[in-house]
Amino acid sequence: MSRKVLLIEDEPNIAEAIRFLLSREGWQVEIHGDGSDALEVIQGAQPDLVILDVMLPGKNGMDILRDLREMEELASLPVLMLTARGQSRDREMAENAGVSRFMTKPFSNAEVLTAVRDLHAQATQM
Amino acid sequence: MRDALTGSRIRERRQIAGLKQAELARLAGISASYLNLIEHNRRRIGGKLLVDIAAALSVEPSVLTRGIEATLVSALREAADDAVGQNAELDSLEEFAGRFTGWAGVLAQMHRRVVSLERNVEILSDRLTHDPHLAASMHEVLSTAAAIRSTAAILADTEDIEAEWRERFHKNLHQDAERLADSSKALVTFLDESDAAVDPRGVPLEEVEAFFQARDYSFTELEEGGATDAVDLSSLNTTAAQTLAREMLEIYRADARAMPLDAVAARVRGAQPDPVDLAHHFSVDMATVLRRLAFLPESVVSEPAGLVLCDASGSILFLKPTPGFAMPRHGEACPLWPVFTALNRPLVPVRKQVEQTGRASAEFECFAYAWPHAVPGYDQDPAYRSVMLVRPVQEQAGDAPVTQVGPNCRVCPRNECTARREPSILSEGF
Repeated sequence: MSRKVLLIEDEPNIAEAIRFLLSREGWQVEIHGDGSDALEVIQGAQPDLVILDVMLPGKNGMDILRDLREMEELASLPVLMLTARGQSRDREMAENAGVSRFMTKPFSNAEVLTAVRDLHAQATQM
Repeated sequence: MRDALTGSRIRERRQIAGLKQAELARLAGISASYLNLIEHNRRRIGGKLLVDIAAALSVEPSVLTRGIEATLVSALREAADDAVGQNAELDSLEEFAGRFTGWAGVLAQMHRRVVSLERNVEILSDRLTHDPHLAASMHEVLSTAAAIRSTAAILADTEDIEAEWRERFHKNLHQDAERLADSSKALVTFLDESDAAVDPRGVPLEEVEAFFQARDYSFTELEEGGATDAVDLSSLNTTAAQTLAREMLEIYRADARAMPLDAVAARVRGAQPDPVDLAHHFSVDMATVLRRLAFLPESVVSEPAGLVLCDASGSILFLKPTPGFAMPRHGEACPLWPVFTALNRPLVPVRKQVEQTGRASAEFECFAYAWPHAVPGYDQDPAYRSVMLVRPVQEQAGDAPVTQVGPNCRVCPRNECTARREPSILSEGF
Protein backbone atom coordinates (compact mmCIF):
# COMPACT_ATOMS: atom_id res chain seq x y z
CA MET A 1 0.00 0.00 0.00
CA SER A 2 1.35 3.46 -0.95
CA ARG A 3 2.38 5.80 1.83
CA LYS A 4 1.16 9.36 1.54
CA VAL A 5 2.85 12.54 2.73
CA LEU A 6 1.16 15.94 2.64
CA LEU A 7 3.64 18.77 2.26
CA ILE A 8 2.28 22.16 3.33
CA GLU A 9 4.90 24.59 2.05
CA ASP A 10 4.47 27.83 0.13
CA GLU A 11 8.00 27.85 -1.31
CA PRO A 12 7.52 25.97 -4.63
CA ASN A 13 11.17 25.05 -5.21
CA ILE A 14 11.55 23.51 -1.74
CA ALA A 15 8.29 21.65 -2.30
CA GLU A 16 9.51 20.38 -5.65
CA ALA A 17 12.83 19.15 -4.24
CA ILE A 18 11.12 17.34 -1.35
CA ARG A 19 8.55 15.85 -3.69
CA PHE A 20 11.37 14.45 -5.85
CA LEU A 21 13.24 12.99 -2.87
CA LEU A 22 10.23 11.34 -1.26
CA SER A 23 8.77 10.08 -4.53
CA ARG A 24 11.94 8.11 -5.11
CA GLU A 25 11.48 6.57 -1.67
CA GLY A 26 8.05 5.37 -2.69
CA TRP A 27 5.98 8.12 -1.07
CA GLN A 28 2.94 9.61 -2.71
CA VAL A 29 3.49 13.35 -2.24
CA GLU A 30 0.71 15.95 -2.21
CA ILE A 31 1.58 19.62 -1.98
CA HIS A 32 -0.45 22.49 -0.60
CA GLY A 33 0.84 26.06 -0.32
CA ASP A 34 -1.76 27.88 1.79
CA GLY A 35 -2.27 27.86 5.54
CA SER A 36 -5.86 29.11 5.71
CA ASP A 37 -7.50 25.86 4.55
CA ALA A 38 -4.66 23.51 5.53
CA LEU A 39 -6.71 21.69 8.18
CA GLU A 40 -9.46 20.83 5.72
CA VAL A 41 -6.86 19.66 3.19
CA ILE A 42 -5.25 17.40 5.81
CA GLN A 43 -8.63 15.94 6.75
CA GLY A 44 -9.45 15.33 3.12
CA ALA A 45 -6.07 13.87 2.12
CA GLN A 46 -5.74 11.55 5.14
CA PRO A 47 -1.92 11.42 4.87
CA ASP A 48 0.42 9.13 6.83
CA LEU A 49 2.62 12.08 7.60
CA VAL A 50 2.53 15.87 7.29
CA ILE A 51 5.48 18.15 6.57
CA LEU A 52 4.43 21.61 7.74
CA ASP A 53 6.12 24.95 7.16
CA VAL A 54 5.70 27.56 9.92
CA MET A 55 5.46 30.79 7.93
CA LEU A 56 2.56 30.22 5.59
CA PRO A 57 0.13 32.61 3.94
CA GLY A 58 -3.30 32.62 5.56
CA LYS A 59 -2.53 30.76 8.76
CA ASN A 60 0.63 30.17 10.76
CA GLY A 61 1.95 26.58 10.83
CA MET A 62 2.09 26.70 14.63
CA ASP A 63 -1.65 27.49 14.83
CA ILE A 64 -2.44 24.77 12.30
CA LEU A 65 -0.57 22.27 14.46
CA ARG A 66 -2.39 23.32 17.65
CA ASP A 67 -5.79 22.99 15.95
CA LEU A 68 -4.80 19.68 14.43
CA ARG A 69 -3.86 18.20 17.80
CA GLU A 70 -7.26 19.10 19.17
CA MET A 71 -8.97 16.99 16.49
CA GLU A 72 -9.36 13.46 17.72
CA GLU A 73 -8.73 11.75 14.39
CA LEU A 74 -5.54 13.77 13.76
CA ALA A 75 -4.14 13.98 17.28
CA SER A 76 -1.47 11.33 16.66
CA LEU A 77 -0.65 12.17 13.04
CA PRO A 78 3.17 12.53 12.64
CA VAL A 79 4.08 16.14 11.84
CA LEU A 80 7.52 17.26 10.74
CA MET A 81 7.78 21.02 11.11
CA LEU A 82 10.09 23.13 8.94
CA THR A 83 11.03 26.64 9.97
CA ALA A 84 13.54 29.37 9.30
CA ARG A 85 13.36 30.31 13.00
CA GLY A 86 15.55 27.98 15.00
CA GLN A 87 15.56 29.80 18.33
CA SER A 88 15.04 27.64 21.37
CA ARG A 89 11.79 29.37 22.23
CA ASP A 90 10.39 28.53 18.75
CA ARG A 91 11.38 24.92 19.26
CA GLU A 92 9.76 24.97 22.69
CA MET A 93 6.62 26.52 21.26
CA ALA A 94 6.45 23.80 18.60
CA GLU A 95 6.95 21.07 21.18
CA ASN A 96 4.18 22.53 23.32
CA ALA A 97 1.93 22.57 20.26
CA GLY A 98 2.58 18.85 19.74
CA VAL A 99 5.19 18.64 16.97
CA SER A 100 6.69 15.22 16.21
CA ARG A 101 9.97 16.56 14.80
CA PHE A 102 11.30 20.10 14.36
CA MET A 103 13.77 21.02 11.61
CA THR A 104 15.34 24.39 10.79
CA LYS A 105 16.06 25.73 7.32
CA PRO A 106 18.33 25.30 5.48
CA PHE A 107 18.17 21.54 6.10
CA SER A 108 19.93 18.81 4.18
CA ASN A 109 18.10 16.24 2.08
CA ALA A 110 19.51 13.46 4.23
CA GLU A 111 18.03 15.09 7.36
CA VAL A 112 14.59 15.26 5.78
CA LEU A 113 14.71 11.68 4.57
CA THR A 114 15.91 10.38 7.93
CA ALA A 115 13.22 12.31 9.80
CA VAL A 116 10.46 11.04 7.50
CA ARG A 117 11.68 7.44 7.76
CA ASP A 118 11.93 7.65 11.57
CA LEU A 119 8.52 9.23 12.03
CA HIS A 120 6.86 6.70 9.76
CA ALA A 121 8.57 3.82 11.49
CA GLN A 122 7.45 5.09 14.90
CA ALA A 123 3.88 5.55 13.67
CA THR A 124 3.62 2.06 12.20
CA GLN A 125 4.98 0.46 15.38
CA MET A 126 2.25 2.07 17.48
CA MET B 1 37.21 73.97 46.06
CA ARG B 2 36.01 72.65 49.38
CA ASP B 3 32.45 71.83 50.14
CA ALA B 4 30.44 71.74 53.34
CA LEU B 5 30.89 68.01 53.76
CA THR B 6 34.62 67.86 54.39
CA GLY B 7 33.98 67.36 58.11
CA SER B 8 31.62 64.45 57.45
CA ARG B 9 34.25 62.81 55.30
CA ILE B 10 36.90 63.24 57.97
CA ARG B 11 34.55 61.48 60.38
CA GLU B 12 33.90 58.68 57.87
CA ARG B 13 37.60 58.19 57.18
CA ARG B 14 38.45 58.29 60.88
CA GLN B 15 35.89 55.58 61.59
CA ILE B 16 37.20 53.52 58.68
CA ALA B 17 40.72 53.89 60.12
CA GLY B 18 39.43 52.78 63.52
CA LEU B 19 40.67 55.92 65.27
CA LYS B 20 38.98 57.64 68.16
CA GLN B 21 38.32 61.37 67.86
CA ALA B 22 40.85 62.10 70.58
CA GLU B 23 43.54 60.04 68.85
CA LEU B 24 43.08 61.81 65.53
CA ALA B 25 42.98 65.20 67.27
CA ARG B 26 46.27 64.39 69.00
CA LEU B 27 47.90 63.28 65.73
CA ALA B 28 46.74 66.49 64.03
CA GLY B 29 47.77 68.69 66.95
CA ILE B 30 44.31 70.06 67.77
CA SER B 31 41.86 69.59 70.60
CA ALA B 32 39.24 66.85 70.44
CA SER B 33 36.44 69.41 70.86
CA TYR B 34 37.70 71.39 67.85
CA LEU B 35 37.89 68.21 65.77
CA ASN B 36 34.33 67.46 66.88
CA LEU B 37 33.17 70.83 65.50
CA ILE B 38 35.02 70.15 62.24
CA GLU B 39 33.53 66.67 61.90
CA HIS B 40 30.04 68.11 62.29
CA ASN B 41 30.76 70.64 59.54
CA ARG B 42 30.51 73.52 62.00
CA ARG B 43 34.03 74.72 61.35
CA ARG B 44 35.57 75.17 57.92
CA ILE B 45 38.87 73.45 57.41
CA GLY B 46 41.70 73.94 54.95
CA GLY B 47 45.38 74.62 54.57
CA LYS B 48 47.93 72.94 56.82
CA LEU B 49 45.37 71.47 59.19
CA LEU B 50 43.60 69.67 56.32
CA VAL B 51 46.96 68.30 55.12
CA ASP B 52 47.86 67.16 58.68
CA ILE B 53 44.53 65.40 59.20
CA ALA B 54 44.79 63.76 55.78
CA ALA B 55 48.30 62.56 56.66
CA ALA B 56 47.07 61.18 59.99
CA LEU B 57 44.31 59.31 58.12
CA SER B 58 46.76 58.15 55.40
CA VAL B 59 44.68 59.63 52.58
CA GLU B 60 45.20 62.35 50.04
CA PRO B 61 43.69 65.70 51.14
CA SER B 62 41.56 65.64 47.99
CA VAL B 63 39.79 62.52 49.27
CA LEU B 64 38.57 64.58 52.20
CA THR B 65 37.60 67.63 50.19
CA ARG B 66 35.97 65.87 47.26
CA GLY B 67 34.99 62.68 49.02
CA ILE B 68 33.88 59.55 47.33
CA GLU B 69 31.53 60.38 44.53
CA ALA B 70 28.02 59.46 45.53
CA THR B 71 27.38 58.37 41.97
CA LEU B 72 30.30 55.94 42.26
CA VAL B 73 28.88 54.45 45.43
CA SER B 74 25.43 54.18 43.87
CA ALA B 75 26.89 52.51 40.79
CA LEU B 76 28.76 50.01 42.98
CA ARG B 77 25.58 49.23 44.91
CA GLU B 78 23.74 48.58 41.68
CA ALA B 79 26.62 46.39 40.44
CA ALA B 80 26.43 44.40 43.69
CA ASP B 81 22.67 44.00 43.31
CA ASP B 82 22.96 42.79 39.73
CA ALA B 83 25.74 40.28 40.44
CA VAL B 84 24.34 36.76 40.41
CA GLY B 85 25.65 34.36 43.03
CA GLN B 86 27.94 36.94 44.64
CA ASN B 87 27.40 38.38 48.07
CA ALA B 88 29.24 41.69 47.99
CA GLU B 89 30.13 43.14 51.40
CA LEU B 90 27.78 46.11 51.17
CA ASP B 91 28.71 47.35 54.62
CA SER B 92 32.30 47.83 53.42
CA LEU B 93 31.30 49.47 50.17
CA GLU B 94 32.30 53.02 51.01
CA GLU B 95 35.56 51.81 52.50
CA PHE B 96 36.28 49.92 49.29
CA ALA B 97 35.41 52.94 47.14
CA GLY B 98 37.56 55.15 49.33
CA ARG B 99 40.59 52.92 49.57
CA PHE B 100 40.60 51.69 46.00
CA THR B 101 39.00 54.56 44.14
CA GLY B 102 40.56 53.56 40.83
CA TRP B 103 39.40 49.93 41.01
CA ALA B 104 35.98 51.02 42.22
CA GLY B 105 35.76 53.32 39.21
CA VAL B 106 36.73 50.45 36.91
CA LEU B 107 34.06 48.21 38.46
CA ALA B 108 31.39 50.91 38.20
CA GLN B 109 32.37 51.64 34.59
CA MET B 110 32.25 47.94 33.71
CA HIS B 111 28.83 47.63 35.29
CA ARG B 112 27.56 50.63 33.32
CA ARG B 113 28.99 49.05 30.19
CA VAL B 114 27.27 45.73 30.92
CA VAL B 115 23.97 47.53 31.44
CA SER B 116 24.43 49.39 28.15
CA LEU B 117 25.28 46.21 26.29
CA GLU B 118 22.31 44.43 27.83
CA ARG B 119 20.14 47.21 26.48
CA ASN B 120 21.65 46.72 23.05
CA VAL B 121 20.99 42.98 23.27
CA GLU B 122 17.40 43.73 24.23
CA ILE B 123 17.04 46.06 21.26
CA LEU B 124 18.51 43.46 18.90
CA SER B 125 16.43 40.69 20.38
CA ASP B 126 13.29 42.80 20.11
CA ARG B 127 14.17 43.55 16.55
CA LEU B 128 14.53 39.87 15.65
CA THR B 129 11.34 39.02 17.46
CA HIS B 130 9.11 41.90 16.57
CA ASP B 131 10.42 43.52 13.42
CA PRO B 132 8.22 42.08 10.67
CA HIS B 133 10.51 43.34 7.93
CA LEU B 134 13.56 41.65 9.38
CA ALA B 135 11.66 38.44 10.12
CA ALA B 136 10.34 38.32 6.56
CA SER B 137 13.80 39.04 5.11
CA MET B 138 15.43 36.34 7.20
CA HIS B 139 12.71 33.86 6.26
CA GLU B 140 13.18 34.69 2.59
CA VAL B 141 16.96 34.19 2.74
CA LEU B 142 16.78 30.94 4.69
CA SER B 143 13.97 29.49 2.62
CA THR B 144 15.84 30.25 -0.59
CA ALA B 145 19.03 28.78 0.86
CA ALA B 146 17.07 25.65 1.81
CA ALA B 147 15.72 25.33 -1.73
CA ILE B 148 19.16 25.80 -3.26
CA ARG B 149 20.79 23.35 -0.87
CA SER B 150 18.17 20.71 -1.48
CA THR B 151 18.09 21.13 -5.25
CA ALA B 152 21.86 21.24 -5.61
CA ALA B 153 22.21 18.09 -3.52
CA ILE B 154 19.70 16.28 -5.69
CA LEU B 155 21.62 17.26 -8.82
CA ALA B 156 24.94 16.28 -7.30
CA ASP B 157 23.89 13.02 -5.66
CA THR B 158 21.31 11.54 -8.04
CA GLU B 159 23.08 9.74 -10.86
CA ASP B 160 20.01 8.42 -12.65
CA ILE B 161 18.01 11.64 -12.64
CA GLU B 162 15.65 12.01 -15.58
CA ALA B 163 16.44 14.75 -18.11
CA GLU B 164 13.13 16.47 -17.47
CA TRP B 165 13.78 16.71 -13.70
CA ARG B 166 17.38 17.80 -14.26
CA GLU B 167 16.26 20.62 -16.50
CA ARG B 168 13.59 21.70 -14.03
CA PHE B 169 16.04 21.71 -11.11
CA HIS B 170 18.60 23.71 -13.08
CA LYS B 171 15.93 26.29 -13.79
CA ASN B 172 14.93 26.31 -10.10
CA LEU B 173 18.54 26.75 -9.05
CA HIS B 174 18.96 29.74 -11.32
CA GLN B 175 15.73 31.31 -9.99
CA ASP B 176 16.73 30.72 -6.39
CA ALA B 177 20.23 32.09 -6.89
CA GLU B 178 18.72 35.31 -8.23
CA ARG B 179 16.29 35.47 -5.33
CA LEU B 180 19.03 34.86 -2.80
CA ALA B 181 21.16 37.66 -4.27
CA ASP B 182 18.24 40.09 -4.09
CA SER B 183 17.05 39.13 -0.61
CA SER B 184 20.61 39.16 0.82
CA LYS B 185 21.17 42.62 -0.59
CA ALA B 186 17.90 43.84 0.89
CA LEU B 187 18.79 42.34 4.25
CA VAL B 188 22.22 43.97 4.35
CA THR B 189 20.72 47.34 3.42
CA PHE B 190 18.14 46.98 6.17
CA LEU B 191 20.72 46.07 8.80
CA ASP B 192 23.05 48.88 7.71
CA GLU B 193 20.29 51.44 8.03
CA SER B 194 19.02 50.19 11.35
CA ASP B 195 22.48 49.85 12.92
CA ALA B 196 22.20 53.50 13.90
CA ALA B 197 19.52 52.50 16.41
CA VAL B 198 22.03 50.47 18.39
CA ASP B 199 24.90 52.36 19.87
CA PRO B 200 27.99 50.17 19.67
CA ARG B 201 29.47 51.84 22.74
CA GLY B 202 26.55 52.38 24.99
CA VAL B 203 23.77 54.87 25.56
CA PRO B 204 24.09 58.02 23.38
CA LEU B 205 23.02 60.26 26.25
CA GLU B 206 25.94 59.06 28.34
CA GLU B 207 28.28 59.87 25.49
CA VAL B 208 26.85 63.39 25.33
CA GLU B 209 27.18 63.89 29.09
CA ALA B 210 30.77 62.64 28.99
CA PHE B 211 31.43 65.07 26.16
CA PHE B 212 30.02 68.00 28.15
CA GLN B 213 32.00 66.92 31.20
CA ALA B 214 35.21 66.74 29.17
CA ARG B 215 34.55 70.33 28.08
CA ASP B 216 33.92 71.31 31.71
CA TYR B 217 30.37 72.29 30.66
CA SER B 218 31.76 75.41 29.03
CA PHE B 219 31.78 76.36 25.34
CA THR B 220 33.65 79.60 24.76
CA GLU B 221 32.78 79.58 21.06
CA LEU B 222 29.06 79.73 21.94
CA GLU B 223 29.59 82.35 24.65
CA GLU B 224 31.09 84.53 21.95
CA GLY B 225 28.04 84.18 19.73
CA GLY B 226 29.33 81.44 17.44
CA ALA B 227 27.12 78.81 15.84
CA THR B 228 26.95 75.28 17.26
CA ASP B 229 28.64 74.04 14.08
CA ALA B 230 31.82 75.56 15.50
CA VAL B 231 31.86 72.93 18.26
CA ASP B 232 33.76 69.83 17.21
CA LEU B 233 31.58 66.77 17.81
CA SER B 234 33.85 64.29 16.04
CA SER B 235 34.70 62.57 19.33
CA LEU B 236 31.08 61.39 19.58
CA ASN B 237 30.82 57.99 17.95
CA THR B 238 27.20 57.79 16.94
CA THR B 239 24.86 59.92 14.92
CA ALA B 240 22.37 59.70 17.77
CA ALA B 241 24.88 61.14 20.25
CA GLN B 242 25.88 63.90 17.84
CA THR B 243 22.24 64.87 17.29
CA LEU B 244 21.55 64.98 21.03
CA ALA B 245 24.71 67.00 21.67
CA ARG B 246 23.79 69.46 18.92
CA GLU B 247 20.31 69.96 20.44
CA MET B 248 21.81 70.56 23.89
CA LEU B 249 24.33 73.00 22.44
CA GLU B 250 21.56 74.93 20.70
CA ILE B 251 19.88 75.34 24.08
CA TYR B 252 23.22 76.41 25.63
CA ARG B 253 23.71 78.95 22.85
CA ALA B 254 20.22 80.43 23.26
CA ASP B 255 20.69 80.64 27.04
CA ALA B 256 24.08 82.31 26.62
CA ARG B 257 22.57 84.91 24.29
CA ALA B 258 19.75 85.63 26.71
CA MET B 259 22.14 85.85 29.66
CA PRO B 260 25.58 87.00 28.46
CA LEU B 261 28.45 85.78 30.62
CA ASP B 262 29.83 89.23 31.51
CA ALA B 263 26.41 90.50 32.53
CA VAL B 264 25.72 87.39 34.62
CA ALA B 265 29.15 87.66 36.30
CA ALA B 266 28.47 91.31 37.15
CA ARG B 267 25.11 90.42 38.66
CA VAL B 268 26.26 87.32 40.54
CA ARG B 269 29.58 88.65 41.88
CA GLY B 270 30.77 85.25 43.07
CA ALA B 271 27.79 84.60 45.32
CA GLN B 272 25.07 81.98 44.95
CA PRO B 273 22.46 84.04 43.13
CA ASP B 274 18.70 83.87 43.52
CA PRO B 275 17.31 82.42 40.26
CA VAL B 276 14.07 84.41 40.45
CA ASP B 277 16.04 87.63 40.81
CA LEU B 278 18.09 86.71 37.72
CA ALA B 279 14.92 85.87 35.78
CA HIS B 280 13.54 89.32 36.54
CA HIS B 281 16.81 91.05 35.81
CA PHE B 282 17.38 89.41 32.42
CA SER B 283 13.66 89.12 31.54
CA VAL B 284 13.97 85.40 30.86
CA ASP B 285 12.08 82.37 32.11
CA MET B 286 13.23 80.27 35.04
CA ALA B 287 14.29 77.34 32.86
CA THR B 288 16.82 79.56 31.09
CA VAL B 289 18.19 80.80 34.41
CA LEU B 290 18.54 77.33 35.95
CA ARG B 291 20.29 75.87 32.90
CA ARG B 292 22.54 78.91 32.63
CA LEU B 293 23.56 78.74 36.29
CA ALA B 294 24.52 75.09 35.92
CA PHE B 295 26.80 75.84 32.99
CA LEU B 296 28.58 78.88 34.46
CA PRO B 297 32.33 78.51 35.01
CA GLU B 298 33.71 78.31 38.54
CA SER B 299 35.18 81.77 38.06
CA VAL B 300 31.64 83.18 38.05
CA VAL B 301 29.84 81.15 40.73
CA SER B 302 31.27 80.21 44.10
CA GLU B 303 30.42 76.52 43.71
CA PRO B 304 29.43 74.54 40.63
CA ALA B 305 25.89 73.19 40.61
CA GLY B 306 24.31 70.02 39.28
CA LEU B 307 21.54 69.91 36.71
CA VAL B 308 18.77 67.46 35.88
CA LEU B 309 16.64 67.81 32.79
CA CYS B 310 13.68 65.51 32.20
CA ASP B 311 10.56 65.25 30.09
CA ALA B 312 6.99 64.75 31.27
CA SER B 313 7.42 60.98 31.45
CA GLY B 314 10.21 61.50 33.98
CA SER B 315 12.85 60.26 31.54
CA ILE B 316 16.17 61.92 32.22
CA LEU B 317 17.33 63.95 29.22
CA PHE B 318 20.53 65.38 30.67
CA LEU B 319 22.50 65.11 33.90
CA LYS B 320 25.28 67.22 35.26
CA PRO B 321 26.42 65.59 38.48
CA THR B 322 27.36 67.47 41.59
CA PRO B 323 29.42 65.99 44.45
CA GLY B 324 27.35 64.34 47.16
CA PHE B 325 24.08 64.20 45.20
CA ALA B 326 23.73 60.81 43.56
CA MET B 327 22.08 60.89 40.16
CA PRO B 328 21.46 57.40 38.89
CA ARG B 329 21.44 57.01 35.14
CA HIS B 330 20.04 53.49 34.95
CA GLY B 331 16.75 52.97 36.71
CA GLU B 332 14.40 55.79 37.46
CA ALA B 333 15.36 58.49 39.91
CA CYS B 334 13.66 59.23 43.23
CA PRO B 335 10.13 60.55 42.51
CA LEU B 336 10.50 63.04 45.37
CA TRP B 337 13.12 65.06 43.52
CA PRO B 338 11.80 68.61 42.99
CA VAL B 339 12.35 68.23 39.24
CA PHE B 340 9.38 65.85 39.23
CA THR B 341 7.38 67.93 41.73
CA ALA B 342 7.64 70.86 39.31
CA LEU B 343 5.90 68.82 36.61
CA ASN B 344 2.79 68.84 38.83
CA ARG B 345 2.89 72.64 38.92
CA PRO B 346 4.08 73.84 35.52
CA LEU B 347 5.38 77.41 35.29
CA VAL B 348 5.63 77.69 39.10
CA PRO B 349 9.23 77.93 40.36
CA VAL B 350 9.86 75.27 43.01
CA ARG B 351 12.49 75.73 45.71
CA LYS B 352 13.25 72.97 48.15
CA GLN B 353 15.95 72.07 50.57
CA VAL B 354 16.60 68.35 50.28
CA GLU B 355 18.72 65.82 52.06
CA GLN B 356 19.75 62.73 50.19
CA THR B 357 19.58 59.75 52.48
CA GLY B 358 21.83 56.76 52.59
CA ARG B 359 25.08 58.66 52.97
CA ALA B 360 26.61 61.22 55.31
CA SER B 361 23.87 63.79 55.67
CA ALA B 362 24.24 66.12 52.73
CA GLU B 363 21.84 68.96 52.18
CA PHE B 364 21.17 70.61 48.87
CA GLU B 365 19.12 73.50 47.69
CA CYS B 366 17.09 72.57 44.63
CA PHE B 367 15.34 74.93 42.24
CA ALA B 368 13.02 73.36 39.71
CA TYR B 369 10.76 74.60 36.96
CA ALA B 370 8.56 72.91 34.37
CA TRP B 371 7.64 74.62 31.13
CA PRO B 372 6.04 73.69 27.80
CA HIS B 373 8.89 72.52 25.63
CA ALA B 374 7.30 73.76 22.41
CA VAL B 375 4.37 76.00 21.56
CA PRO B 376 1.40 73.65 21.20
CA GLY B 377 -1.06 74.00 18.35
CA TYR B 378 -4.66 75.10 18.99
CA ASP B 379 -6.39 72.72 21.43
CA GLN B 380 -3.28 70.58 21.70
CA ASP B 381 -1.83 69.60 25.05
CA PRO B 382 1.61 71.07 25.68
CA ALA B 383 4.56 68.69 26.15
CA TYR B 384 6.31 69.73 29.34
CA ARG B 385 9.93 69.48 30.34
CA SER B 386 11.35 70.12 33.75
CA VAL B 387 14.74 71.31 34.90
CA MET B 388 16.34 71.23 38.35
CA LEU B 389 19.39 73.05 39.61
CA VAL B 390 21.12 71.30 42.54
CA ARG B 391 23.58 73.18 44.68
CA PRO B 392 25.07 72.37 48.06
CA VAL B 393 23.75 74.26 51.05
CA GLN B 394 26.45 76.65 52.18
CA GLU B 395 24.88 78.05 55.30
CA GLN B 396 22.44 75.98 57.35
CA ALA B 397 19.16 77.86 57.36
CA GLY B 398 17.76 77.44 60.85
CA ASP B 399 14.18 76.31 60.37
CA ALA B 400 13.98 75.65 56.63
CA PRO B 401 12.03 72.42 56.08
CA VAL B 402 14.17 69.70 54.58
CA THR B 403 12.71 67.07 52.27
CA GLN B 404 14.24 63.62 52.50
CA VAL B 405 14.95 62.18 49.06
CA GLY B 406 16.96 59.27 47.76
CA PRO B 407 18.96 58.53 44.62
CA ASN B 408 16.41 55.91 43.52
CA CYS B 409 14.33 53.26 45.27
CA ARG B 410 16.81 50.42 44.81
CA VAL B 411 19.55 52.11 46.77
CA CYS B 412 17.43 54.10 49.20
CA PRO B 413 17.07 52.75 52.74
CA ARG B 414 13.86 54.66 53.63
CA ASN B 415 11.52 51.70 53.61
CA GLU B 416 8.61 53.70 55.01
CA CYS B 417 8.66 56.12 52.04
CA THR B 418 5.20 56.48 50.50
CA ALA B 419 6.72 57.12 47.08
CA ARG B 420 8.56 53.78 47.07
CA ARG B 421 7.95 51.83 43.86
CA GLU B 422 10.27 48.85 44.37
CA PRO B 423 12.03 47.25 47.35
CA SER B 424 15.43 48.53 48.38
CA ILE B 425 18.52 46.37 48.35
CA LEU B 426 19.65 48.20 51.50
CA SER B 427 18.50 48.00 55.04
CA GLU B 428 17.46 51.01 57.07
CA GLY B 429 20.39 52.83 58.54
CA PHE B 430 22.93 51.57 56.02
